[in-house]
Amino acid sequence: MTSSAVLLQFLNGLAGASSLFLVAAGLSLIFGVTRIVNFAHGSLYMLGMYLAVWLSARVGFWVAVPVATAAVAALGACIEFLLLRRIYRAPELLQLLATFALVLIVRDVALWAWGPEDLLGPRAPGFAGAVEIAGGAFPQYDLLLILLGPCVFGMLHFLLTRTRWGILIRATTQDREMAGALGVNQRWLFTAVFTLGAALAGLGGALAIPREPAGLGIDLALISDAFVVVVVGGLGSIPGAFIAALLIGVIKASCIGLGYSKLTLVAEFVVMAIVLVMRPWGLLGRPQGEMRGTWIEVPLGRISKRGALALGLLALLLAVLPSLPDQYLLVLATEMLVFALFAASLHLLMGPGGMASFGHAAYFGVGAYVAALAFLKLHWSTGSSLLAGLGAGALAAAIFGWFCVRLSGVYLAMLTLAFAQIAWSVAFQWDAVTGGSNGLVGIWPDTWLASRAVYYYLVLFLCGCAILALWRMAHTPFGYALRASRDSSLRASAIGIDVRATQWTAFIITGSAAGVAGALFAFSKGSISPETLSVQRSVDGLVMVLLGGVHTLTGAVWGAAGFTWLHDIMVRSIEYWRAAIGAAILLLVFARWRLSA
Amino acid sequence: MNRKLLISGLLSIVTANGFAQAVKIGELNSYKVFPAFLEPYKKGMELAVEEINAAGGKVQLVTRDDGGTPGDAVRVAEELITREKVDVLMGTFASNVGLAVSNLAAQRKVLFLASEPLTDKIVWENGNRYTFRLRPSTYMQVAMLVPEAAKLKKKRWAIVYPNYEYGQSAAASFKKLLTQAQPGVEFVGEQAPALGKIDAGAVVQALADAKPDAIFSALFAADLQKFVREGNTRGLFRRTAVFNLLAGEPEYLDTLKDETPDGWWVTGYPWNEINTPEHRRFRDAYQKRWNDYPRQGSVVGYAAVHAVAAAVRKADSAETEKLVQALKGLEMQTPFGNVQWRALDHQSTMGAYVGQLARKGDKGVMVNWRYADGAKFQPSDEEIRKLRKE
Repeated sequence: MTSSAVLLQFLNGLAGASSLFLVAAGLSLIFGVTRIVNFAHGSLYMLGMYLAVWLSARVGFWVAVPVATAAVAALGACIEFLLLRRIYRAPELLQLLATFALVLIVRDVALWAWGPEDLLGPRAPGFAGAVEIAGGAFPQYDLLLILLGPCVFGMLHFLLTRTRWGILIRATTQDREMAGALGVNQRWLFTAVFTLGAALAGLGGALAIPREPAGLGIDLALISDAFVVVVVGGLGSIPGAFIAALLIGVIKASCIGLGYSKLTLVAEFVVMAIVLVMRPWGLLGRPQGEMRGTWIEVPLGRISKRGALALGLLALLLAVLPSLPDQYLLVLATEMLVFALFAASLHLLMGPGGMASFGHAAYFGVGAYVAALAFLKLHWSTGSSLLAGLGAGALAAAIFGWFCVRLSGVYLAMLTLAFAQIAWSVAFQWDAVTGGSNGLVGIWPDTWLASRAVYYYLVLFLCGCAILALWRMAHTPFGYALRASRDSSLRASAIGIDVRATQWTAFIITGSAAGVAGALFAFSKGSISPETLSVQRSVDGLVMVLLGGVHTLTGAVWGAAGFTWLHDIMVRSIEYWRAAIGAAILLLVFARWRLSA
Repeated sequence: MNRKLLISGLLSIVTANGFAQAVKIGELNSYKVFPAFLEPYKKGMELAVEEINAAGGKVQLVTRDDGGTPGDAVRVAEELITREKVDVLMGTFASNVGLAVSNLAAQRKVLFLASEPLTDKIVWENGNRYTFRLRPSTYMQVAMLVPEAAKLKKKRWAIVYPNYEYGQSAAASFKKLLTQAQPGVEFVGEQAPALGKIDAGAVVQALADAKPDAIFSALFAADLQKFVREGNTRGLFRRTAVFNLLAGEPEYLDTLKDETPDGWWVTGYPWNEINTPEHRRFRDAYQKRWNDYPRQGSVVGYAAVHAVAAAVRKADSAETEKLVQALKGLEMQTPFGNVQWRALDHQSTMGAYVGQLARKGDKGVMVNWRYADGAKFQPSDEEIRKLRKE
């Protein structure tokens, strides 16, 4: 690379960083104050884009930007006021589920309102051309963005450090209960912060339209980038987000400039993994303050006599399922059982283990891939291949978990996500072995297992045993040690429990269970592709566990079955099925919270 | 008057062979993931069903959203097979979904007509007895552009493609075919941004730094829009010739509007300029039915349903094995002209239009276009047999 190319790529990186910072800053603010991991932040950004494109055609770009920003801010206020405010006292992850439901709804609303085509916005009047820099042409608009990032950063910094409102925000970020006790009206503060965050997302979206078209996939693509920036910078830290955005923007542009464009697939997650391993709270983050008194956990109950009876009846029902004429029930039930095991394994980690994993699909996917490879390349039998899947899931969990148990809370969750993304990109990229984006085909079970009914019985037997074992584990000495480690790691280590080893063991156990589930999944579908370990699969797992209830023993299994069934029904019968699933999840969230509150 | 005659003529062909055998088509596609392509596609299918049934046929079409992932698609296909008891599976868009359903079709011994997926593998390495594919493959579309590329005698080429199987195989085929056609050609830069996440400024800059004489691109949809705008702003296209797969399809071209770059060589579908009788008939019927102009997807959906109907007519049965036999070598009429289903690899010879982009007012159009017949852009039979391991 010549020096002029280096300079231009550096500027490209800065321009990308500026727009990323706007979104990340909003996300970070919202998390810092309200402790809500706002999944819908990308959706707000996407709405900002659509509104700005739509308005630009009517009132011009420069009027459209502030109007779109204000509209998204207003929507943010509504969301906070009507939805989130009602569930602040619910367990943290339930709020995540609610914002995830919003993602589904907003996407379908956008599809309904603006249609399926990607809408390219106008160039910004006055900044349409390019200027000559170091012998190359550089867009004027990108220069404007480069200046805008630091400007917004400066304003936010001023707001947070020099105004009374900013002091309240920082106080609440540091210690929510104490601020409340000192008479800060948290309700309005939360509304205001959420509105500001939404406005930043809307502004980021509106300003992006001269550079990229408004499209429907942007919400999720953006939210993962923004999460990475926020976590790398340190949750709740605006300067941290700024530095992280610069770092990631410049690293990505350098990858492209140096000819390693394929690395951009995973660059940010590698950065995140390295940062979190070196600095567990991000670059400028501080350890989170303990949350006090918001949720008192009831110890997990054992299965009652009546529950055991119901389970027995269910098992009987499942055993006679193949005698029904509808063969599709077998296909659906097989899938439900596989996901039930997947969700039950995630539940052991999240519930008794207290470690939320955003990347549980990694073990599912690794299990699926290794089983498939053992079957296809080494010509192992189906049974041995399933065992290979189990081993692979355990091994992956052992490696990833070893790093993850050194963190806690959202940081731990994000590190699991980073590892899962790295595993995903390996599956996606390593053509010779994993078949790249197409994946592997021809993974059908041995002939004696091949019919739908026989394979169903195999899945029923294996998943049933594994799920019962996972449930049983919650009430073994290991399970008690795990729960003690979750509830108070200090007291747990004082009575001689090796907290990290216990948590690491939990990772390995759940990884092996997820690995078996993945292997069973591969043989039931006949093919696998990188989507088996995608973020989407991890999120589905989370949704299943949360729907069923983290703090129940058997909930995850019902959540998995219900979600799979709901998905199957909705996709078939409703055109806007995403929105329908979103609405159903919202209803369940409120119902659950009402019931338990 | 003329048009009516033509329609009744075609309809009489449809009914001539006593076409009364009922067939139930189970169609699955990623309607919510790629709506821009698949909504016109669905309209094309529905138009075809109405035409066939109005002429006395008995085609029943059941459509499903496949959720956009191979895992979900396989479940949906199982539902179509077991519950709906369909005679034929049809559809899919993304290559990984297409391959997964094709793999299931072979296991369950059901005919699968893959309408959309472009991957070469579905008819080559992973080809099977029960899978047939309608659209020209990645390889075919690249091969259609290569003669034009070789004519320019440019020495230094840069390549940009979305980083997944379609882009990778397009790039690989292009390099191989152009090197054969023009020995001594150099490839000086290669960019493979993630699908849907191109960092256009940096990619355009990196391409410019490689100082190519010409660029081959396999970008489409949002990636293409970003690439074009950045390239225009930064003057990348002023001195370089550009070849871009698919960019002439209305689904992608229409979104470029006044940014449409002049002179790019593309494959696509100049819907308003093709005036062959068969296309005019299709276009008129489509516009009358839907009050909208046809897109590439409309043609694919329309032709796919007609292909199934033609196979049923030839087999005089909806039984899988008879349909497989009937489809091998079947000749049929499509809006793009006559098409044959190759017995060798189950690929149809439907072609594509090769031409150049131009700006007309604030819209993009295709000019200097010609039809490239898919039959002429195939590797040798020998090579294909080796790939199919038959």
